[in-house]
Amino acid sequence: MSTLVPLPVLIPLLAAALTLFVGRNPRLQQVITLAALSAVLAVSVALLVYSDRVGTQALHVGGWGPTDAGLGPLGITLVVDRLSALMLVVSATVLLAVVFYAIGQGIRDGDERQPVSIFLPTYLILSAGVCIAFLAGDLFNLFVGFEVLLSASFVLLTIGSSRERVRVGISYVMVSMVSSMIFLIGLALVYAAAGTLNMAELSVRLQDVETGTRNALFAVLLVAFGIKAAVFPLSSWLPDSYPTAPAPVTAVFAGLLTKVGVYAIIRAHSLLFADGGLNAVLLVAALLTMLVGIFGAIAQNDIKRLLSFTLVSHIGYMVFGVALSSRLGMTGTIYYVAHHIVVQTTLFLVVGLIERQAGASTLRRLGGLAAASPLLALLYMIPALNLGGIPPLSGFLGKVALLEAGAEDGSVLAWLLVAGSVVTSLLTLYVVMRVWTKAFWRARDDAPDGELADVAPSALIDQTDDTDDIAFNDRDDVGRMPLGMLVPTMALIAVGLALTVAAGPIFGFSDRAAEEVLDPARYVSAVLRIPT
Amino acid sequence: MTADLVPLVVIGGLTACGVYLLLSRNLTRMLLGLLMLSNAVNLLLLSVGGKAGNPPVRGRTSGDRTTTADPLAQGMILTAIVITLGVAAFVLALIYRSYRFTTEEDLPNDPEDIRVAELGEAELAEAQRLDADRVKTVAYPDTGEPDALDALPGTEGSR
Repeated sequence: MSTLVPLPVLIPLLAAALTLFVGRNPRLQQVITLAALSAVLAVSVALLVYSDRVGTQALHVGGWGPTDAGLGPLGITLVVDRLSALMLVVSATVLLAVVFYAIGQGIRDGDERQPVSIFLPTYLILSAGVCIAFLAGDLFNLFVGFEVLLSASFVLLTIGSSRERVRVGISYVMVSMVSSMIFLIGLALVYAAAGTLNMAELSVRLQDVETGTRNALFAVLLVAFGIKAAVFPLSSWLPDSYPTAPAPVTAVFAGLLTKVGVYAIIRAHSLLFADGGLNAVLLVAALLTMLVGIFGAIAQNDIKRLLSFTLVSHIGYMVFGVALSSRLGMTGTIYYVAHHIVVQTTLFLVVGLIERQAGASTLRRLGGLAAASPLLALLYMIPALNLGGIPPLSGFLGKVALLEAGAEDGSVLAWLLVAGSVVTSLLTLYVVMRVWTKAFWRARDDAPDGELADVAPSALIDQTDDTDDIAFNDRDDVGRMPLGMLVPTMALIAVGLALTVAAGPIFGFSDRAAEEVLDPARYVSAVLRIPT
Repeated sequence: MTADLVPLVVIGGLTACGVYLLLSRNLTRMLLGLLMLSNAVNLLLLSVGGKAGNPPVRGRTSGDRTTTADPLAQGMILTAIVITLGVAAFVLALIYRSYRFTTEEDLPNDPEDIRVAELGEAELAEAQRLDADRVKTVAYPDTGEPDALDALPGTEGSR
């Protein structure tokens, strides 16, 4: 069964090479991409079932595993436990839905001259990078996974290289590279302290390192992961860079890239530095992330920027659950991560539809959408309420679990966090309803700039650089929403609802995953083949 | 583990220069800062891998040393160098593209962010303007004089 473990990485990488070969044939490229990502989804589901039934799987690539002579694993180690399997399944679902959407958008709105032949290969490499990060069994491999997905994301973010995207791309690349350098410094220090980078071995050896040194190591790694996950003092790059990218790219970035950072924080916190020495720092960072993020969202006019700020804000919930380092907190975090990947991606896809149909994503220009397209209103309403945490949707369930965990912890700081979570939840609801009343309910004539619109629906390539606006009435008819964009959006909404309907089994699974994550001995024995 | 002073001083110096350059708005300087920082980190990895002068091949000796040099640290440095090289090339292309657009090398601020920041001031000015208007046009100023209604027959003296 462990032969399945490397497949989520191998399939997208090989498919990326294939799609580059057939770059002149977009149809074939699309078929290969869809087939590859469907295969990744199938493999991930198999891994999920297997890891739940049988237990953690470890694969030592090239046979460089632990030797009988007592030498630890030397090569690349890939590990699947329940947490990584769940992350793989959710990511694969989102990746598949978004690529469907991107293809649907490209077919309808893409220009023949656009060099989109690099879009799908880059997207596949991004998928491979995300999978490496979730499967990595040693810290350096995690670093490589980060780099793979970051390099791909640089290309996707600046695709078409219009003026705005180049400006944004440079700051994004610089921030990402600085975080990678800090990660590398952390790696060097960990290696100096423990003499290995294999996570299972580190879990054992770091226990002998002095507490002060251990906390310092954790702090360096936390800064690196915190930048990727957009935790408050390190989050200001995100709302600047995400909104300018094309809708499907923003959607997949918002859903997945920050969660890779959160996943790394979970692993480091529970496996490597399990004594919780920095819990107080994490709790304060979580509180500030929630509040500062959502206050930022209130001030925004552009829906994409507004959603980027809520994304930052809700990262705080996940960090909150991790920092409690209790089983219930971890369960809540795992469920919340799955919920948030799906709902945030869905919302960005819906904004892509809004932008396409109404010719703008800024609230100053939007209005009357509920009357113009009731279906679009419904598509926005469900994930928006879900994000705001309205019962009985999955956002509510995840938040309740986290609040319960905070109350169970009972310390003053935890109660502060509980209060902060409730306030953030209410403000999130306020923010998404503000979009609702402005973009959907009021008449377009009431919008301050309602008479203006963008020239063309934004496709992968930003063509609206010089000739920005035209009168709304002079706009070319965009027609109905293309099925290729509508179906994946609806499918993701259905997944979000399934997280609600099947909340019982999923919470059960999250609970088992949390139990496993909080018990590093199991991970260690699976990787180092210590008989239990 | 013991460490040599000279590499550590070099690493510290490179890091400091790298961070200083990164804080600039000039794109070429930022790239140079990034490269210096990455070289500093690579040196750090190298110095972490053990003392200099150990034989690289297992089972050989170099002078009187028999401990094999740590291959893992060198493998990691190689990977890091390759990654930095690729990203540096990409950043150079971006800088050139940015230069073609703006014919300057400095990174501008986020325009939407500035708009949102100015929003507060604009709203404040608007509110103050409204307040100023409101003082002039109070609907029913209390002047102490009898109202027009008071003069109507049947309501005299209602005040």
